[in-house]
Parts: sequence; structure tokens; C-alpha cells
Amino acid sequence: MQQLLNTALGGLTLGMVYAAFALALVLIWRSTRVVNFAQAPMAMVTTFVALVIVDAGHSYWLAFAAALASGLVLGAVIERVVVRPVEGGPEINAVILTLGLFIVLHALAAVIFGNRYRSFPAPFGVRGIEVGGTTIALTGFGIFTILAVLVTMGLLLLLFQRTDIGLRMRASAFNPEVARLLGVRVGRMLTLGWALASVVGSLAGLLIAGGSLVHPGYMDSVVVYGFVAAVLGGLDSPFGAVVGGLLLGLALSFVSGYVGSQLVALAALVILMLVLVLRPGGLFAQTAARRV
Amino acid sequence: MAALRTRASAWWAGSILGRHLLVALLGLVVVVVVLESSSDFRNLQLASMAYLGIAAGGLTVLTGLNGQISLGHGALMAIGAYTTALLLDDREASTPLPLVVLAAVVVTLLVGIAVGAAAARLHGPYLAGATLALAVAVPGIALYFKEQLGGEQGLRVVLPDIPAWVLDLAYFVTGQDLTRSRYVAYLAWLTLVITFVLLANLARSRVGRRWRAVRDDEVAAELAGVHLGRARVSAFVVSAAAAGAAGAMMALTVRLAAPSGFTLTLSLTLLSAVVLGGLGSLAGALLGAALLTFLPQVVTDIGVDAGLSDIRAAELAPLVYGVVMVLVILLAPAGIVGTVRTALLKRRLRRSAAAQTRTAGTNPTAPGTPGTPTTDPATTTSKGSTT
Amino acid sequence: MPAMLTVTDLAAGYGPVRALDGVSFTAERGRVTAVLGANGAGKTTLLRTISGLHRAERGSVDLDGQRLDRVAAERMPALGLAHVPEGRGVITELTVEENLRLGALGRAGKVDGSDLERVYGLFPVLADRRAATAHVLSGGERQMLVVGRALMARPTTLLLDEPSLGLAPRIVAQIFELLRGLVESESLTVLLVEQNARSALSIAHRGVVLNLGRVVADDDADALAADDQLRHAYLGF
Repeated sequence: MQQLLNTALGGLTLGMVYAAFALALVLIWRSTRVVNFAQAPMAMVTTFVALVIVDAGHSYWLAFAAALASGLVLGAVIERVVVRPVEGGPEINAVILTLGLFIVLHALAAVIFGNRYRSFPAPFGVRGIEVGGTTIALTGFGIFTILAVLVTMGLLLLLFQRTDIGLRMRASAFNPEVARLLGVRVGRMLTLGWALASVVGSLAGLLIAGGSLVHPGYMDSVVVYGFVAAVLGGLDSPFGAVVGGLLLGLALSFVSGYVGSQLVALAALVILMLVLVLRPGGLFAQTAARRV
Repeated sequence: MAALRTRASAWWAGSILGRHLLVALLGLVVVVVVLESSSDFRNLQLASMAYLGIAAGGLTVLTGLNGQISLGHGALMAIGAYTTALLLDDREASTPLPLVVLAAVVVTLLVGIAVGAAAARLHGPYLAGATLALAVAVPGIALYFKEQLGGEQGLRVVLPDIPAWVLDLAYFVTGQDLTRSRYVAYLAWLTLVITFVLLANLARSRVGRRWRAVRDDEVAAELAGVHLGRARVSAFVVSAAAAGAAGAMMALTVRLAAPSGFTLTLSLTLLSAVVLGGLGSLAGALLGAALLTFLPQVVTDIGVDAGLSDIRAAELAPLVYGVVMVLVILLAPAGIVGTVRTALLKRRLRRSAAAQTRTAGTNPTAPGTPGTPTTDPATTTSKGSTT
Repeated sequence: MPAMLTVTDLAAGYGPVRALDGVSFTAERGRVTAVLGANGAGKTTLLRTISGLHRAERGSVDLDGQRLDRVAAERMPALGLAHVPEGRGVITELTVEENLRLGALGRAGKVDGSDLERVYGLFPVLADRRAATAHVLSGGERQMLVVGRALMARPTTLLLDEPSLGLAPRIVAQIFELLRGLVESESLTVLLVEQNARSALSIAHRGVVLNLGRVVADDDADALAADDQLRHAYLGF
């Protein structure tokens, strides 16, 4: 019973992070029709920025803020400089480009920061909280993780639903040509979208890293889980991505707890294949087979 | 004499299989000469180039001709390699090598069918995502089934004794004793030649035309009666089978199948090799494989000279691949081979146009004029179909 | 009537294909000018080139003294030009009201609630469905939405591409009637591209007939409608 609860709690916490990462992928997919696989090393690079600041003796929170800010800049620069020229071109070129970036960022980080595992601090306890004499698998940092993702999602929701800039961003994503005719500077909105997605990705990276080990490849599996979560939610829907992330976090936590942590990625692959066969439009799609 | 030439060129144009076999034969001669004249160490390096080339060849068919991306060819190679390792676990292993390779291909093909049927059938980023998941998942399987698959250490591969007739044949042809490294290199290159002939013929066949049709225009392909899902899945499965053969050759070359050999980086660098050489071009895939094999040492040396530690300098090679990959997509999406070929074709067209103007009065359609550029190599670049 | 929109020697194409080949005409202030012609005559390209979605190879466009060629499409609303593209261009993922609000964002000056109320007044159907996703609207409602959205920018000039496309005749009549009213009450200048020449000429003051990227006729609407030869050759009625 206790293991069940702890597995579920662990899954919830991880699910929140996957949800955030899936959300980052969906934001970019929705606006530029690119699955940004480079989101993983982008987040990794910003985590290393934070690590450098922490190692220099500054506070965790300064490092945290710097990582998010560098994520914002990195996302904007990458969209504007390398992705922009292939937008509207063959889809496959954009995908190859993000993979090229993947390799570049990976290798750069390994050259600059080294390829070994380094421990990353957490601002809150990473021991389970005691409730009525038993320790449950919810840590102080876990609570922070859940809250941080919830707050970020709330802010994004406000931005997209309640502000003019959010309306412009959505219009650019859904119909760039009509948006242009209505006076929206679509290019800027796409840059902003990539920047915001990159911030969300950075946040996920920091949350995965907290109290754990980082190295240049530590986010690689997370981009897989983020992708699977996004597909679970239909790939186009931010809401679906969040639900997909939570479901996937729970499922993988159970695989990890009851079968073996080595098979978590395999489980994600199996879940992805099942979704693609049974409900290619995602769990919430109206029709089972949307596109072939 | 002229008649003979005409007949020969007609045959050249007409028989695709014949042409491919001739090129393959020439290739084999080159392989023999190169392998015989290089050291044991070089032979093993060349064997690596061959297995990378086989995998890249499979990938270039998928990406270049069908417009799909696989980030899991490294993982598919792992499946071929582990199958080989399981069949060749000691010197008494009685399975003949060709059967071992065949088994590696078949097992990888089955995995390819499973993943492809789920993900390649659909248009969009699904195959890329699923193969990425495969790349991340496969090492974990080896770790989980520690008893059977050897965990972190991996499985040793025992190379069977070289058959006596091979030793005799080698001595008869080359006058030298066949070393084990050279034997492996021959196996790998023979496999590469066979794979490339099969892939080249497939690419020119009706199946290949369907793949291209789906890549270029889904609606038109559908109207022409091509089953989109089937075409995509078959392209992926063929591509996966090539990766299986590559994995088998890797296992024989490295004599080990271990998780650390099949990282995500392997899958991604294979893709960069294919992009570099030019999507859809087998020659380009081979060129890319050569770069993957020989560039790291050069670049790493430069890095060490510049004061980097060995470990960090080793990361410079992927950095170069990644940068070049980005630059190729931004500046020359046809890759090296494609760009050179386009330039040559343009020059030839210019020349023939000039020749035509000269002979315009007498014979406007002068014989020997190359065909119109309907087979523009630029079309072999990625033309991802739009939604 | 003075000219509001002046197009001079405009040329544009797609690769080697010439879609516009030296088109010149003027649209008068506060009037409807119909642009007519068969499929492929260059009508849609003309509108897209005027509004900056397509690059002009040659020629100039002048809106009330301002040069429009070389101006980016996204700056047009601020200059008073609104383009309602073919196929209506409703952003179906947004709600009716979001579509309308979007229309006001591109224009110069402050946005207030009065614009929304004015559009809802003109199109009461939209007011009833303001919170609905535009996806659920019928074809006629969508046409009203895009016209209303264009009006949110308080344009001086409206480019309308095939508003009758795919709509039932009763709805077309209703929309053209609304358009006629708007032109009179707001002194709006309208450039109306239509394949449905008969309906278009019924509300237009002038008509420009395009064929293969060139102007083949430019006259008063009544004169065009009365020209049997022209009607048979280019207008199909």
C-alpha cells in the first residue's frame, strides 16, 4: 500500500516535469510545425549555466533565474538565426536542423563543461516528508517542482488567453498568413514562442537536475518522454500535453517501481506505439484515425 | 567500332541491374586492392567504415527517397549486433556466418516492422519520435536482461575460424596469408556491396518510385494508387534491415556488443553522415561513413594540440558533424554529392547547349545530347511532403 | 470621385509564370470596384500583390497618396487597408470575439469596446455567438465574421476576395446588401474580386476585367454588364 502511494507520488512529480517539457514541444510544434528535439540539449545547456553560477558561489535562486533567462535568449536566437531560414520549406529539413543543433549543443557542452556526471543542488530537501511516522515519497523539492510547473502553466494560460500578445501568438500559430493581414508581426511572434517554450524547457531541465546528477546527455530521455506525452495529448493541444505528461509520469513511475528502471524508456516506446496504433490523434481526439 | 560503342551505351542505359553489378564488381576490385595494401589496423578501420556505410546506406534510402527520419538506426544496429553476439557466443558456435548475418537482418527487420507499422504509417514527426524512443530504450533492455545480454559489459563475440577454402582462395589470389582483421574487413565490405546493389535496385524499381512519389506529393501518390502507409512502412523496414546487417558487421569487427557502443550519438551521427553526403545518394552515404571513420582522429588530434584534454577533444568530432549538418541544411540542402552532381550536370547542359548551337543548322537533335534534366539530382534532396 | 487606390503597371508572377502583366486601374473613393475574370486571370494575385503578401516585380500601388508597394503586409492595417482573403480566413481555433479583437490589434490608435459593439450591431448573428469557437460557424456566418473583423481595423479601403464562394444565393445577396450599406454609410472604398460577375456588377460602380494577367476592360459597371461580347468572352453570363 505504501509502495503504491509512493510510486504514485513519484509519478505525479515526474509527470509534472514531463508535462512541462511536453508543453514546450507543443508550443513550438503548434507555431512552426517542428518537433524541437533540440529542446533537450537546450535545457541541458541552461542547466549548466546555472551550475557555473552556483559553483562560483552565488545563490541557487540567482542561478535559477539566470538559467531561465538564458533559455529565453537561446530559444529566441535559435529560432531567429537557424530555424527561420527553413520555416515554410520541406518539413524534413527543419527536423534535420534541430537534430544538427542537438549534436552541436551536446558536443559543445561536453567540450566546455566536460562529459562527466556532476551533482546539481536543490533549494529544498530531497528527503521524503514524514507524515504520521512514515516517510512518504514526496520531497520538499518535489512540492516545489509541482508548484513551479503549476505556476508556469497558469502564467502561460493567462498570457495566451487574456492578453493581446497571447492572441497575436495564437493567431500566428494557427494561421500565419491571415495573422499578417491583420497586422500581426508573425516572425516576432514565432521568435517569442520559441523563447517561451525554451524557458519552459529550461524549467523542466532545472527540475529534473535538482538534487541529482547532470551531464550533457541527462535530458535526452526527457525529450522522449515529453514527445510521448505530447502525442498522448494530441501533439497540438497544450492542455492535452499536460494531461499526457501526468499520465505518462504515473505510468513510467509504476514501471520503474515494479518492473525495473532500465525499462522505463522501453515502456515509453510501447506506450507511444500503442497510442499511434489505437488513437493516432491522441487520447482526446474526436476520431480514432485522424490522419494517415 | 562506333556501332559497338552505341550498343554498349544502349546496354548501359537499359540494364539497371547490369550497371549496378558492374559498378559493384569494380568496387570489389578496389576493395581487394585497398585492403591488401593496408595494415591490420587500417583494415579494422575500413571495416568500421563499411558497417557505418551499410547503416548510412539504409538511412539515406529512408530519408532521401521517402522523406522520413529515423533517429534509431544506432539502436537497430544494436539489435543486429546482439543477435550476432548471441549466435556466436563461443568457438563451438555452429551457425554458419551467412546464416548469422541473415538472422541479424531478420530480427532487426521484425523490430522494424513493429515500430514502423505503428509510427511510419502516419505522416508527421511520429517516426522520428518513435525511433528516438527506440534509441533511448534499447541500451536499457541490455541492462535489464543482464543474464542474457551481459548488462553494462555486453556480450563478447567470438569470430568463427576462417574456413579453409577462404584461406586458400585468399592465398591463391593475393599471395598473402589472410589475417583475421582483413577477413572481417572483407566480410564487411562484401556485405556493403551486396546491400548497396540491393538498395540501388530497389530504389530504381517500382517500389522505389512509390517511395519517391510519397515523398514528393502525398495527394498525387494517393491518386496514382500508392498506398501511403504501406510505402512508408516498407521504406522503413528495408532501411531497418540494412541497419541489422550493419550491426552484425559491427559485432564481428568490434567482437563485442555492449550498450555503450549504441548511444543516441551513434544514431545522430549516422544521420549527419547521410545529410553530409547528400540525402538519397548511396555514394554520399559511403562518403559520410568515411568521414565518420577517419575524421574523429584528425579532429581530436587538433583539439589535443590546442590544449584540450583527450576526453574533451574527443567531443570535437561530433561538434564538427553537427555544425556541418546545420550548415549543409542552411546552405546546400543537396549535400556534397548532390551539389557536385548538380554543378556537373549544369556544366554538361551548358556544353551541350553550346554544341547544339554550333550544329543547329544541320541537326538540331544531335546524338549524344544528354537527356533533359528530368532526373535533376536536386530532386533527391529532401522534399518532405507538406501536410 | 477622386481616386483612392491607384495601381500602375503592376507585374507579378510565380517563378516563370506571369500572373500579372502590367495591370493599371484606379478604384474611386467610397465606391465598389469589381475585379472580374475567369479562374486564373490573376484576380487573387492582384489582391495579394496590393496587400504585400506577394512581391511585385514591377509597377506601383498608391493608396490615398501613400506608396504601398514594398510595404510589408503586416503594416497594411495601420495604413487603412484591409484584405479579406479567399477562402474567408477565419481563424477557426479562436472564438468569434477573439477573431474580432484580433482585427483591431493591427490598426493605429487605441482600441475600445465601441468597435466591437458597432460590428455586433452590423452583424447581430455574431453577437449571439461571440464566445463560440469560430469553427462552428456556417459559411455565411464566417463571411460576416471576416468582414466584421476587417471593419474592426477601421479601414478606408477593403479588398474582398470571392466573398460569394461556396455560399447559397440567398446568403450572397444578404452579404452584398450589407456591403452596399457599408459603402454608403462609412464611405468605404471596396475592391471586390468575384467570379460571380453578375452579382458583383450589381453592387459595383465600376468594373475591371482581367484576362491572363492583363486588363481587357475597365468601365462603368452598367456599361460592362451591357456589353454582350465582353460578357460572353470573359464574364460567363
